[in-house]
Amino acid sequence: MRYIPNTDADCKAMLQAIGVQSVEELFADIPAAVRLKRPLKVPPAMAESEVARQVRALADKNANADRYSMFLGAGCYNHFSPAILNHLVLRGEFLTPYTPYQPEVAQGTLQALFEYQTLICLLTDMEVSNASMYEGASATAEAALMAHRITGRSEVVMARAIHPEYRAVTRTYASQLGISFREVAFTEAGVTDIGQVRKMLSERVSCLVVQSPNFLGVIEDLTPLGEAAHAVGALLVVAVAEPVSLGIVKPPGECGADIVTGEGAGLGTGLNYGGPAVGFFATRDKFMRQMPGRLVGETEDREGRTGYVLTLATREQHIRREKATSNICTSESLIATMSAMYMVTMGPQGLRDVALLNLRKAAYAKERLAKVRGFSLRFTGPTFNEFVLRTKKKPGEILKGLLKRQIIGGLDLGRFYPELKDCFLVCVTEQNSRPEIDALAKALGGGR
Amino acid sequence: MSGTGNTIGTRGLVLNEPLIFEQGSPGRVGYSLPPVDVPEKKAEVLIPKRLLRDGIPGMPEVSEVDVIRHYTRISQWNYCVDLGFFPLGSCTMKYNPRINEDMARLPGFAKAHPYQPEELSQGALQLMWELEQYLAEVAGMDRVTLQPSAGAHGELTGLMMIRAYHTSRGNPRSKVLIPDSAHGTNPATSALCGYRVVPVKEGPRGIVEAKAVAEVMDNEVAAIMVTSPNTLGLFEEQIVEVSKIVHAKGGQVYCDGANLNSVMGISRPGDCGVDVIQINLHKTFSQPHGGGGPGAGPVALKKHLAPFMPVPTVEKKGNRLTFDFKRPKSIGKVRAFAASFGVLVRSYTYIRSMGSAGLRRASEVAVLNANYIQSQLKGTYHLPYDRHCMHECIFTDALQVRHDIHTVDIAKRLIDYGFHPPTIYFPLIVKAALMIEPTETESKETLDQFIAAMKQIAREAQENPDLLREAPRNPKVTRLNETKAAREPKLRWRPTS
Repeated sequence: MRYIPNTDADCKAMLQAIGVQSVEELFADIPAAVRLKRPLKVPPAMAESEVARQVRALADKNANADRYSMFLGAGCYNHFSPAILNHLVLRGEFLTPYTPYQPEVAQGTLQALFEYQTLICLLTDMEVSNASMYEGASATAEAALMAHRITGRSEVVMARAIHPEYRAVTRTYASQLGISFREVAFTEAGVTDIGQVRKMLSERVSCLVVQSPNFLGVIEDLTPLGEAAHAVGALLVVAVAEPVSLGIVKPPGECGADIVTGEGAGLGTGLNYGGPAVGFFATRDKFMRQMPGRLVGETEDREGRTGYVLTLATREQHIRREKATSNICTSESLIATMSAMYMVTMGPQGLRDVALLNLRKAAYAKERLAKVRGFSLRFTGPTFNEFVLRTKKKPGEILKGLLKRQIIGGLDLGRFYPELKDCFLVCVTEQNSRPEIDALAKALGGGR
Repeated sequence: MSGTGNTIGTRGLVLNEPLIFEQGSPGRVGYSLPPVDVPEKKAEVLIPKRLLRDGIPGMPEVSEVDVIRHYTRISQWNYCVDLGFFPLGSCTMKYNPRINEDMARLPGFAKAHPYQPEELSQGALQLMWELEQYLAEVAGMDRVTLQPSAGAHGELTGLMMIRAYHTSRGNPRSKVLIPDSAHGTNPATSALCGYRVVPVKEGPRGIVEAKAVAEVMDNEVAAIMVTSPNTLGLFEEQIVEVSKIVHAKGGQVYCDGANLNSVMGISRPGDCGVDVIQINLHKTFSQPHGGGGPGAGPVALKKHLAPFMPVPTVEKKGNRLTFDFKRPKSIGKVRAFAASFGVLVRSYTYIRSMGSAGLRRASEVAVLNANYIQSQLKGTYHLPYDRHCMHECIFTDALQVRHDIHTVDIAKRLIDYGFHPPTIYFPLIVKAALMIEPTETESKETLDQFIAAMKQIAREAQENPDLLREAPRNPKVTRLNETKAAREPKLRWRPTS
């Protein structure tokens, strides 16, 4: 086996040095009754060329954004990734170390994560960020748990316009600890109903959780939502599933957010059938010690040179055990680093330009598709790169029909919202050309 | 003065590299975008001005060349598996095959959308379905959920399922039994599930004894969380008896599968009475660690727990594979979308490359390598449990303490010799542990070099202990002041102006 260097002769020499006859003797502690007496029922080994053919055959059965016009977003966005990102993350020095427990030989990972933390702070306009969470939904769940720790309150008010899977994960996590939920409806504009928010908020509520742009594509006006939450001593948690929006949309930190979480995969790390992705998690300095996850901090070596270490470990599971702020340890360092590479490559101008390109293309598509007979815009609020179309026919059938033209046209919203079963969610990014958008309109019956 | 002339560790040219924020100049760019092919409306026409931002102050402005140089330079400050021996105990730092990386990047995986129709995702579903079968077979279990994103996430998922199981039988119960040798995540996970932790002491042989479990087991115990082989590198010999005691009072047996690399094809946790086990794909199944993720922690389980699995599961109906969301007793979801799918592609590729016999061979050689190191360093370093080990062996600094040399000094000196240190000061039940896990992907020559370095370090401890106290000298930085980092937390760069 090419991954196992020791030959039979090497093994024999080692056995001799240990003073045993066979490898079997080394397993003598395992009771006979629980020894496996047959080979594992796993297929036999394959040569590299064979395994490549086998796996490629599986990959080829899937649709992908190179072969289809992709108008699906819904928390997983088809953005371009500059070629250098892939080359850099394939460097063994980033790909193959462990979590940086020995900082003297992990300064590369540590500096990259320190820069990532800073970049997330700049993007969200928050004061402190951790070194990554698994992905957007569980990061949002951990934010609800953190608000519970800070306020000592056990009720969460959550917008119905949050990604349904983020809501589901937050419920799964929080219900273990007896935290209860109330859901706020969205208005005809497609934004969270502030009137209802004010009615639901009370001194029992730990946090108000909203998403912007929300799952319906609409940009929330966060400032009044934050003011309402703060008026009763609750925190405002803002989830951002589409980080590219922050190139142009006012950052949550400027609107009173206390915790900002979200999905960083939009920052050039790829679709990957939903993962690996990277959760980001940022908050105010005053809540630093309540944060989950790893933190990288700056310090000095014995000669006074600047260096970086994992820090504030007293929050973490291996020191605090059952009193830890979370049980998270291995998270998404490499994907976080990749998203940092994206932000650095794009710079302030590139982040603005790519956001503007998304906004304009989606605006064009929105206008174009809304004019097609039988289709209309479901909501009136301002959108970024996604919008909801209402249709007279069944969305499922329409989307199925588009597949024949190599178009994946969007998400049938009936899957998550019974009240929107006549609607589908369309996403347009910088990857969708005008001819592709026109082809979609034409396929829906829009002529031209 | 370094005394490392004949070893692989040496000095080389590394470049200083400031933070990216201290570089660049206004107007310099690293990106390109296609021309705008739609009407160029102003942002404030499309979005009310009060919802727009002015800019992103502080973001660096650098060219593509700058980005490549920046990350290449800092990357060279890292030690990694590709560079050399990384015997970090309980972390299974094996070689990460490059074919796996190529496979994860095939457009059919890397550019597939999680919400694209099932009929256009059959390859992804088949990979997940097959991987479930293989992992279930290795673990001796009935079903596997691939959803959790890391080992600790898998633990949490497993314990949530146990809680849901007990709740469905009328009482979620209130306690979890955790042996002292457990991973630090186990108590934190229990707390996240609302359980109180009851510790269980190991016996003198370093394993959990059935009678100790019997003394604390009662009808309020939801589960025991054991690690087998445990963090001392020992197989839990009494696990079958322990399981019987726990099951007799209606409890469940959770096994931390972090150390599965030692028993593939040799013994299966499911056959030992285990009900739930998480499998760290970034340990046993060759997913690269990436400096702290991405990983994945699929959870294998017995069929009585299947109704509580997270949604969706992957089911086979004739020749068609489908996601099943209609599972009314499910705990729900623990992350968005199906899984950390790219990680699954790598582990699938690994399992198909290794095959049935290859997986067994990996475990055999992993155990042989660990025992070889143990046998060669015994006497030079104190061996608290003098018996054959599984995938890792544990020494302490007890023979060096008289020279005022401690585990941390030995670990840091290893860096000068060109090796990554072992896991240190863990498990907590051994005083000042050095936990060495070589894995199967290291040759005898590499192990001999490591052994020689460890022996040389033991001599230095006696003859020139300052070499150890001042170590490491070869890396870009010397020992870092962790107290300062925690007392005056500086967690980000800030503009100076």
